[in-house]
Amino acid sequence: MFTSTLTRRSLLKAGAAGLAATTLPLGTARAQAPIVLGAVYVGPRDDFGWNQAHAVAMDILKQVPGITVIEEENVPETDAASQTMESMINLDQANLVLATSFGYYSPFVVETAKKNPNVQFRHAAPLWKEGDPVNAGSYFCYLNQAHYVNGVAAGLSTTSNKIGFVAAKPIPSVLSNVNSVLLGARSVNPNATVQVIFTGEWSMPVREAEASNALIDSGCDIITCHVDGPKVVIETAEARGVKSCGHNASQAPLAPKGFITGAEYKWETIYKIYADALAKGEPLPNFIAGGYHNDMLRNTAYGAGATPEAIKAADAAIKGLIVKKPIYVGPLKDNAGNVVIEGAMDNYDPVLDGMGYLLEGVQGSTT
Amino acid sequence: MTAVVASPSIERGGFNPRTIGMIEALLIPVGALVASAVLFSVFLLFLGKSPVTFFGLIWTGGFGSAFSIQNTLQRSAPLILTGLAFAIPARIGLTLIGAEGALVLGGFSAAAVAIPLVSGGWTPVIGLPIMALSAMAVGAMWIGLAGWLRHYRGVNETISSLLLSYIAIAIMNFFVEGALRDPASANKPSTMPIGDAYRVGSMPGTSVHWGLAAGVLLSVLLYILMSRTTFGFAARMTGGNVRAAQAQGLPVGMLVVTCCAIAGACAGLAGFFEVAAIHGQANASLVAGYGFTGILVAFLARQNPLAIIPVAILFGALQAAGGLVQRRMGMPDATVLVLQGMIFVVLLVSETFYGRIPFLQPKREGGR
Repeated sequence: MFTSTLTRRSLLKAGAAGLAATTLPLGTARAQAPIVLGAVYVGPRDDFGWNQAHAVAMDILKQVPGITVIEEENVPETDAASQTMESMINLDQANLVLATSFGYYSPFVVETAKKNPNVQFRHAAPLWKEGDPVNAGSYFCYLNQAHYVNGVAAGLSTTSNKIGFVAAKPIPSVLSNVNSVLLGARSVNPNATVQVIFTGEWSMPVREAEASNALIDSGCDIITCHVDGPKVVIETAEARGVKSCGHNASQAPLAPKGFITGAEYKWETIYKIYADALAKGEPLPNFIAGGYHNDMLRNTAYGAGATPEAIKAADAAIKGLIVKKPIYVGPLKDNAGNVVIEGAMDNYDPVLDGMGYLLEGVQGSTT
Repeated sequence: MTAVVASPSIERGGFNPRTIGMIEALLIPVGALVASAVLFSVFLLFLGKSPVTFFGLIWTGGFGSAFSIQNTLQRSAPLILTGLAFAIPARIGLTLIGAEGALVLGGFSAAAVAIPLVSGGWTPVIGLPIMALSAMAVGAMWIGLAGWLRHYRGVNETISSLLLSYIAIAIMNFFVEGALRDPASANKPSTMPIGDAYRVGSMPGTSVHWGLAAGVLLSVLLYILMSRTTFGFAARMTGGNVRAAQAQGLPVGMLVVTCCAIAGACAGLAGFFEVAAIHGQANASLVAGYGFTGILVAFLARQNPLAIIPVAILFGALQAAGGLVQRRMGMPDATVLVLQGMIFVVLLVSETFYGRIPFLQPKREGGR
């Protein structure tokens, strides 16, 4: 559990710095022009998932001199989110608020941004549009690229050729991850298939465990997922003796025997862009979207479950993605037989953001 | 409950019984708060944290500035209403824990009723009261149902109200993800936004929404209803002894269902304010646990509608300051929950002190 000790120690430092900053006379504090980043999380910082991915990035920023990081976890998507952001601004002098959960944006980020025009707000989902407050913005990474790498590694690490996918909701970003795992696996193993089960909730550990078990019972020998906290899925796979691929943050410590690799966000790249802009007094970009080509993703270090061929092929796939090699290359059919993609699609093509289908080779249904 | 301590003929420590009741009602909860603060300080010391810093931050975050006070009041607004939703049935002897469901369903009905009102171009002056009334009516029916089941079918009201909560949330999800879903809410299913014109704003000069005023007003009205009217007397008598109330010819069934309906209306109104003042639409964020926190609030207030106001403000302050404790002391968000839990347990223990504080006891007369 290196993350938790690191978090606690550095948090203490940040806390002490925060206290010192507020007890100093105002003039001194202003003269130093401290950069205070406030991060708001919807769940615990150490959830092995979405929140941890952000917290890991914030831990890295804490090491940067001149930056103070303040964090608040388990903030629900209610008025509490507005109050937390206001509190960070009013009591801790935050210059930049990072609202990391989807449901924070409207109305909470939008309204708090309107009330505090001198503070910057950035939200981790592609929701900002022209006409929204100029001091707000969005950042977002196409994690499906890292899931594609998962698929490549899984395709060469499976013996049953069946990969199980535990998915939260049948919405575009999730469907794209499922399809990318399939395309990655198929790129190295034409016999590979993906079987998907939707739990219907972002966080429903009981159903996630049931889904994992059901997938393993039906012959899947690799399990991966897209839920908020993949802990239960990965632990279930490990306990049942099958391999696993991760999602959001590193779950490698949970599966010492079967972990292959995982799709991870590299939020620190984006947070550093913001911090640099604040330090130089430059405007922050309103919209950042990225993937492997601009260093905003990574795959977890290979675990014991990855075969040597898988590691080689996955490394090659990453090199391809860095130079924007397309993932979706037509003609591709959905699993009902309709042609959905004709030619090669750019990895950032907005058409892909509206994905509503599962590709041929995926067993499962969006309804 | 508190008022009936002894018959007036008994002399007790020079005070009359009413004064004793008031002293106890003040002294015991405050003592419990102090005791739990001391216990929590020990807990903090074991963790190597400074209790002085902690309670300093609680003060700063809860009441230390105009911003903090408004933060506290805003957070306490729904808790006053859900606290009432537990306290009123408690006076008639029922333990109803279903305010969460009534809040969610009330909020959802307000948002659903708003759809034709907004698209029909109705003025908010008419539309908002319709939304509020429908939220209260639906909430009243929902908790009223639990009361009806209790009295006429003998169903345990604690269980039924809890289960009804789950059903209420499922009903909202069914419509929000189906027939009433705003097509624009792709990744977070919600009803159509009610629009800025239909939003309930803040009270003048503050950033606190009108739900607080509504809660305070209802607390006062319900206090008067429960302690100064024949209805309230009959309800409290039923709470004291159902058989006796029936023997006296009181309409027990009507009293039970009415108290439950009042409770549901309070929770439904909280839902209305969540939609009209906070979210601007109904979605899964309405399920925020206010209904359950309200139970703690009502317990701490000993089911007294007036006492609910300061207690809800205390809880609002703890929540408002909880974030500051996380940020400044690096303590997990559960810290404030631990404190709340300690307060609750100490408070339950302190119940045993009513009528047992030595210096308030009757003077022993000559050798008896």
